[in-house]
Amino acid sequence: MGSVTAAAVAAPAALTTSQRAARRRQRILGLIYLVAAVVMVVQFALPLDAADQSRLVLTLPPAAIRVPDLVLPSAGTLYFLALVAAFAGAIQLTRGFGARWALILALVATAFVLAFLVWVAAGQSMQLTGLLQTTVQRAVPIVFGALSGILCERAGVINIAIEGMLLSGAFSGAVVASMTGNVWIGVLAAALTGALLAALLAVLAIRYLVDQIVAGFVINILVSGLTGFLATRVLQQNQQLNTPPRLSIDPIPLLSEIPVLGAILFRHNIFTYSLFILVVLVFVGLFYTRWGLRVRAVGEHPKAADTAGINVFHVRYRNVILAGLVAGLGGAYFTIGSGVGFERDMTGGRGFIGLAAMIFGGWNPLGALGAGLIFGFADAIQARTSILGIQIPSELLSSLPYIVTIIVVAGLVGRVRAPAADGQPYQKE
Amino acid sequence: MKLELRGITKRFPGVVANQGVNLIVQPGQVHGLLGENGAGKTTLMNVLYGLYQSEEGEILLDGKPVRFGGPGDAIEAGIGMVHQHFMLVPVFTVTENVMLGVESTRGPWLQLDRAKARDRIRQISQDHNLHVDPDAYVEDLPVGVRQRVEIIKTLYRQSRVLILDEPTAVLTPQETDELFEIMRSLVAGGTSIIFITHKLNEVLEVCDQITVLRRGRVAGTVLPQESDKEQLAELMVGRPVQLVVDKEDAAPREPVLEVRSLTVRDDRGHIAVDNLDLTVHAGEIVAVAGVQGNGQSELAEVVTGLREIESGEVLIGGQPVGPNPRAVYRAGVAHVPEDRLEEGLVPGFNIAENMALNNYWLPPFARGLRLDREVMVARSEERVREFDVRTPSVFNSVANLSGGNQQKVIVAREFSRELKLLVAVQPTRGLDVGSIEYIHRRIVQKRDEGTAVLIISTELDEVVALGDRIAVMYKGRVVGILTPEEATFARLGLLMGGAHPEEGKPEEAAAAGAGSTGS
Amino acid sequence: MSDEREEARDVEPALDAPEDAPEDAPRQLAEAGVGDTSGTQPGPPRRRGEGLRRLLGSLVLPLLALFSAFVVGGVIIIASDAQVIGRIGTDPLGALVLGLSTVVDAYTALIRGALGDPVQIASAIASFDGLALRRSLGPISETILSSTPLILTGLAVALAFRAGLFNIGAEGQLQAGALLAVLVGFSLVGLPWFVHLPLALLAGAVGGALWGFLPGLLKARTGAHEVITTIMLNFIAFRLVDYSLRTPLFQRPGRSDQISKIVEPTATLNPILDGLRAHWGIAVALLAAIAVSWLLFRSTKGFEFRAVGLNPQAARYAGMSIARTVVMSMMAAGALAGLAGATVVLGTTRTMTPGLAGGAGFDGIAIALLGRARPAGVVAAAFLIGGLRAGATPMQAATGIPIHLVVVIQALVIMFIAAPALVRAIFRIRAERQIGAEAFAKGWGA
Repeated sequence: MGSVTAAAVAAPAALTTSQRAARRRQRILGLIYLVAAVVMVVQFALPLDAADQSRLVLTLPPAAIRVPDLVLPSAGTLYFLALVAAFAGAIQLTRGFGARWALILALVATAFVLAFLVWVAAGQSMQLTGLLQTTVQRAVPIVFGALSGILCERAGVINIAIEGMLLSGAFSGAVVASMTGNVWIGVLAAALTGALLAALLAVLAIRYLVDQIVAGFVINILVSGLTGFLATRVLQQNQQLNTPPRLSIDPIPLLSEIPVLGAILFRHNIFTYSLFILVVLVFVGLFYTRWGLRVRAVGEHPKAADTAGINVFHVRYRNVILAGLVAGLGGAYFTIGSGVGFERDMTGGRGFIGLAAMIFGGWNPLGALGAGLIFGFADAIQARTSILGIQIPSELLSSLPYIVTIIVVAGLVGRVRAPAADGQPYQKE
Repeated sequence: MKLELRGITKRFPGVVANQGVNLIVQPGQVHGLLGENGAGKTTLMNVLYGLYQSEEGEILLDGKPVRFGGPGDAIEAGIGMVHQHFMLVPVFTVTENVMLGVESTRGPWLQLDRAKARDRIRQISQDHNLHVDPDAYVEDLPVGVRQRVEIIKTLYRQSRVLILDEPTAVLTPQETDELFEIMRSLVAGGTSIIFITHKLNEVLEVCDQITVLRRGRVAGTVLPQESDKEQLAELMVGRPVQLVVDKEDAAPREPVLEVRSLTVRDDRGHIAVDNLDLTVHAGEIVAVAGVQGNGQSELAEVVTGLREIESGEVLIGGQPVGPNPRAVYRAGVAHVPEDRLEEGLVPGFNIAENMALNNYWLPPFARGLRLDREVMVARSEERVREFDVRTPSVFNSVANLSGGNQQKVIVAREFSRELKLLVAVQPTRGLDVGSIEYIHRRIVQKRDEGTAVLIISTELDEVVALGDRIAVMYKGRVVGILTPEEATFARLGLLMGGAHPEEGKPEEAAAAGAGSTGS
Repeated sequence: MSDEREEARDVEPALDAPEDAPEDAPRQLAEAGVGDTSGTQPGPPRRRGEGLRRLLGSLVLPLLALFSAFVVGGVIIIASDAQVIGRIGTDPLGALVLGLSTVVDAYTALIRGALGDPVQIASAIASFDGLALRRSLGPISETILSSTPLILTGLAVALAFRAGLFNIGAEGQLQAGALLAVLVGFSLVGLPWFVHLPLALLAGAVGGALWGFLPGLLKARTGAHEVITTIMLNFIAFRLVDYSLRTPLFQRPGRSDQISKIVEPTATLNPILDGLRAHWGIAVALLAAIAVSWLLFRSTKGFEFRAVGLNPQAARYAGMSIARTVVMSMMAAGALAGLAGATVVLGTTRTMTPGLAGGAGFDGIAIALLGRARPAGVVAAAFLIGGLRAGATPMQAATGIPIHLVVVIQALVIMFIAAPALVRAIFRIRAERQIGAEAFAKGWGA
């Protein structure tokens, strides 16, 4: 307890941004790199046969152009990658990388992921393109959730109800699409349901000044209870209400024929494409338009926005409801987008991962997309552990995104700044 | 533009903030709005700016009645306001802040046209000699520049009536003079200015007409040339006011606080206190003057054990001080912090609990892990009587007390034991004159008991009135130590602005005081 | 050991005591009640009668919230009833009557499932029939059983609330505590019960405290928001349990599913009455409530917790250590949640499975809100929610209304409690006094 006591007096939370903390962060980062290097050698490289080769299959049928498989000497590649990480770690520990730390982090992370894949594929072959395609698929609902969070929080309202909004979209999308036999009406219903819940969040948070985390939390259990109730009471007896048509996969002409990349990015259904468009739209909107300037002002300093003649309440209501539309849409991916019926609590915490992706991505749509892809990758790997014969327990592997999130939130990797007024209700007097 | 307020009444639950206020501002006039803290100046201006809606009364612009549903309407009508707490988004650039709400856009999606706005800001900045870089981020700008950004904001919106709410509170006397220059240039262009302050000399210097508010009502309207400080003070307070503190000469004894070559970093890791030396003796008051943000707060935090020392040392009674507030407490140091409600009190706690906030862990309050509430309440009741805290009972929440009574709770807590050293930061900020007098008396009393007193204040009146010696801080250093006799406002102002101590010699200061202070 | 009722009576005065203490509800969460901020109470220290009046006054809003939630729940039952919907076009009145009768049936079954049938209980007592008595007390026993962990998780959330922290991690802390408690419970053999049982309970508390320590430390050291870190730690705890139960250390020999070895008899919390499931864990929970009450309102540590929770900056200026308080309060909260896990594995299930005590940690949040972060309130709220949970299964069996209804009701109760203005608007109650709607959420950065 002694050290904690001393730290308490010396460095309360307010001092985290000081240079000392930055230096400590540098050191931690360096240590993480070194640990990564050690893992690559001890866990991955040493147990392998020197003659082992890793075959990474790059062509995913159907493909017009075949790309030859990537065949690497397993152990050699691993030693090389470990060397890269160790080198980066050593420099990070001694003199640091200054402003380029993010680049180096990305480099080491990539090296580690590559090493992991090489290790898994040692002595066998692995469908890399297929894995990355799954990564994108898994990332879709997460990024939808993250975008929802960004829309909300950039205007200063914490959205912890992403999970509930996703779940509600999954439910109403499935039911309405089943009833009408039309996926588009289902998608629309999903978006509207999300918006309805968002409106509830907005009223509670903005009108009734309910603590925003509590309000979001309430919505999550409300949706979980309500959809569980209706699924049991209504859908169980009426299975025809829960057999939504599936949204077809529409490869984009030409683009989908690009080797490797085409299969990864352009052989999906409309959900994925609209997500890409949405990410760009929100990014441009937030940083290059009048709407975005006002939204960000409201999220940073609502009183300043108010005195500049901007109606803080309107902006917040509008954005929260917009966020609900997006999350509801993302929820439909679970049912309509995947062609399965609704199941109780089927979103399984993806909304919270979306929240984490939002923070990881620094409240920036492009960052959130990147973070979502990382989480999607972890998800995709986990889904294939049995096929790939990975010796790491899948539970631990699937904890990785959560652990990474904690590390990111703890600011050990770098500083992300939340909108300054995030979570603070605005009152005229 | 001529502005007229007629019979404005604004009520808040339990308080009448403005009662039938009339105010006429002629075109091209600087109209002073003078009043004590809590007299209703800011409320009145917020009504004018559309932030509040008044229950009664009307606003006329050039004789035509107008109604403002929000600041947007007021801006539209040509009213601009520079708030006491700047309304700027720190992470935005100057351009983004200025254009917010009146953005220039292009294209179907209303994309921001930053270039166009930037050009206009450059133009305005040149026209009025404001020296503002449109592409700078506001969080990187010093307060004086931020204020000019606020002024640009109003000019960008072509305001004809400009409200300046306590604009000089954050400025050095020299910066204040620059602001007055800007104000004169604006008025010459036909803008009307409402200048809110509680500083008497300022209204007399810059205003064409002065309206004094007292407890939400107009106490009088006067012309500066027909008035003086004494009359204004009396109008403000409602009774004759003694403008100086009654005190004997100090009888300094041994040194109690010794600060040697002290260097300290602020929260952002920048050097805040830079190789500073300072000694405070038993039985004397050392008052530290300086513009806010020159390391005074950090100095106080180090002395009270709340902040780490980067290098150098701080001795209290000859013993070094570490970052341990408990040890500092035991050493006999009291601390009246800068912000009552943020740092001094727990608003959710009642008076009894707040009075034990810093010593609940010692007997007789603490008996092992147990907290003796009976003792806590009894002690608190004694102190409420002794320090004349006006409250029905010690079970009342401090949040419901007036500012003066809140400060008395802190003073009662900190002063009721034998003290070696008293550190008081902004001890009277935001208080009414009666409370200021009371707090000052108590501080002087402590000095006379032999306590070493370190006062940190940005109010020059207070510094001069209380200090036996006056230290001026600039950029983390003590740039000069003066006696009260030497400490003219002009000389203090020069030092606060970073001038070399030699420049502030009395004869020069006298000359500077007569004319304008060119540096 | 004494009768359980004796225990309960002992609890009363101790739990009442803090009500007299000059105590303040920390934030809007705790300010849900009308005229609550005792600090604003004028006059000398309060007298008994006044305290009672205040207590009644503070019950008005929770009761109205509960009532509103049940009404909305009823609407949901009616709206989801195919028969009612089918008849509404042709016979609206008949549909309404049908709908209402369904609701009444459901709620009757719910209440009966939670409290039992008074007639049956009375006749059982009159007939001196031990078996009939036990049977008639079954529902109450079930309510006590499900309330036991809820009291503890409710305290875990409430204690953290008081220190200004939003502990969403009670669920994970419960899992961690249960895992460690069950390990001690089955692995130590040959100890006498008065050593083994306390040791196993302690293990639960330690496991939870560890799981609370982490977010506390991260908050204190780096400012990482506890809501995010505790949510993540919940997920990690689930995975950890999943994983552990497949290791030879935990997994029951001869089983391929994830189930632990059985707790030794020396470490079990035995039933209060033979044949009923309610066990002595309830005594542990109530003692914990008394301890938390004392800690918060009668101890110097509690003074620190509350000061830091209300105004960390002022607490720091007064010489308190925010970091230490944050870490300690999170550890204490974690220990309480871990204890909840221990009571489940040592008393109710005597083994560990994934998804055990599902949701008790999340329910703790509802309970802390409902009980307005006061130990006595938490106990009352836990019995309420516990009763709903216990009554839900018989309700589904008898009327076919899914158990998830109580989740909906619970969500609505929190919503109405958290938005007192909403309830006032519905029932047109005038606010007695302007309640400062001071937000306690400080955003992610703080």
